[in-house]
Amino acid sequence: MTVDSTKTIRAVIVEDEELARQILREMLKTHPRIEIVGECTNGFEAVKLVPELKPDLLFLDVQMPKLDGFEVLELVGHDMAIIFVTAYDEHALRAFEVHAVDYLLKPFAAERLEAALDRARQRLGVKTVADPSELASAARQPGHYAERIVVKDGTRVQIIPVSKLDYAEAQDDYIALASQGKKYLKQQTISSLEACLDPKNFLRIHRSYVVNLERVSKVEPYGKDTHVAILSDGARLPVSRAGYGRLRALLDRQI
Amino acid sequence: MHPILGQLRRLTLYLLAWVPLGGILLYLLASPGGLSWPKALVLVVPLCLIYAFVCLSAWYSCRFTPLETSGFGRLALTHLIEACIVSFLWLLIAKGLALALSILDGFRGLDQEMVRSYPLLLGSGVLLYLLAVALHYVLLAVEASREAEKREMEARVLARDSELKALKAQINPHFLFNSLNSISALTSSDAARAREMCILLADFLRATLGLGEKTAIPLRDELSLVRSFLSVEKVRFGPRFNLEEDIEPEALDYLVPPLLLQPLVENAVAHGISNLSEGGWIRLNIGCQNGAGNLSILMENNFDPAMTRRRGSGMGLRNVRQRLDMRYGNRASFEVRTDGDRFRVALNLPAERAA
Repeated sequence: MTVDSTKTIRAVIVEDEELARQILREMLKTHPRIEIVGECTNGFEAVKLVPELKPDLLFLDVQMPKLDGFEVLELVGHDMAIIFVTAYDEHALRAFEVHAVDYLLKPFAAERLEAALDRARQRLGVKTVADPSELASAARQPGHYAERIVVKDGTRVQIIPVSKLDYAEAQDDYIALASQGKKYLKQQTISSLEACLDPKNFLRIHRSYVVNLERVSKVEPYGKDTHVAILSDGARLPVSRAGYGRLRALLDRQI
Repeated sequence: MHPILGQLRRLTLYLLAWVPLGGILLYLLASPGGLSWPKALVLVVPLCLIYAFVCLSAWYSCRFTPLETSGFGRLALTHLIEACIVSFLWLLIAKGLALALSILDGFRGLDQEMVRSYPLLLGSGVLLYLLAVALHYVLLAVEASREAEKREMEARVLARDSELKALKAQINPHFLFNSLNSISALTSSDAARAREMCILLADFLRATLGLGEKTAIPLRDELSLVRSFLSVEKVRFGPRFNLEEDIEPEALDYLVPPLLLQPLVENAVAHGISNLSEGGWIRLNIGCQNGAGNLSILMENNFDPAMTRRRGSGMGLRNVRQRLDMRYGNRASFEVRTDGDRFRVALNLPAERAA
């Protein structure tokens, strides 16, 4: 499916190096139907600007100050075509997992950019419904557990190091992340969050709860089949029967 | 694991070695005035078999009284006492065996005949046990030398490994391709700067290429490598960062392993400056305390504490630490500290001068 070829494509460049922005700008200038509507020099700016501008196309550097390209994508959603621009191809696989249109390796030739734009034109119009949890798991390096969780809080971005995460609670389509006495809402499923976290430190104690094991100060019986976990800050979380089994298994292994 | 019991081949050889020993014992027992040959044979075979296994226990006492660290008195006393006890127990077994056999028709009176041979058995028991002790010491030494050989091999592999890593690390692909991209961007907007950057990059690559086979270079050369690396990065990051140097002139002639500082500076750029959109700084402080025998290097940079460390951070640092360990052992120190928004690496190494 192709979009009306006379329509102007509105593009945003997210890239921290001035010279790299410059060459993209220069190459895109010759395209009458591409308009650069914004440029961001870091991930935070992108998270703020992209939802406002709602571009059709995003040129996204992977390695940037503040937030990397994948984290930006996780926070701005996926309603546009993405072209990753990076110096080194260690992220190529992850780029395809998030359905990027193309993946440009710096430095690139004008013809290579042309091919990427062609693919972008074809992709535009075909709405890909992005699964936010898929984006979240792609934002982490394969084989590595997440070291931080990014959450959009209005126009601000919160970065929660996983060591500061007390627990997460499922709430409909969202999860509430409790950290240092505050709660942050994020659109993600609790299972996909669980998959991102190191099972040595985090445990699914209940259908709706994942807890940081370091915070658990004790576990008490509660009712017939269930238990309750009491965290060091006093929070009480339900522990299901299956969750209690997992907890026991984990503790037994540690002893 | 017991060195003999643990391997079937060794155990077989060990038991075979007992055959001639048993032969000698048989001869002694059956020598004129002693037992008849068949009687001696029936006694010697089970006794030798039992004692062969009993003597394997010498391994434990040998391990607890190592030849290198125990005094002669302690060695002699331990093993003599042991030998006497073990030999005495063996004698009791022999006595029991003779008593049991004497019930049988052909062996009647064996226990009485045996009495004369007791001193002989006791004596040979002690000697045999001491022989076993000697054997176990030899085995322990063999094992220790094998272990040492293995460790040395591992150390060599590790050393080569980290050298390779160092070589690979000297040209970070991100650095190379980003630089090429900057050149590509500059060709149309500022040809003169593009040329300048080509030259800077070439300088850096040329300098690193020659380093592979060198084990030490003057600090002066390492610093020029760092500077050419940073001048390339400066084109990329523009006015975003600054290097401040405070270096004692005498220190410049000291020898350092190649690529000691460059990975540290690269780390500072990748995890410090590149994350600071407002710009950052690197401070390099090198002193030799006016020739006091030590070279102390302090590298500081600022970073954004809100950024948690990513994968790959620390690789360069670990590599430098490993190479220092390999080269200087505990004569060098390597310390990494974060203090608020400051990242600090302190190195201390023995000062070596070019001959």
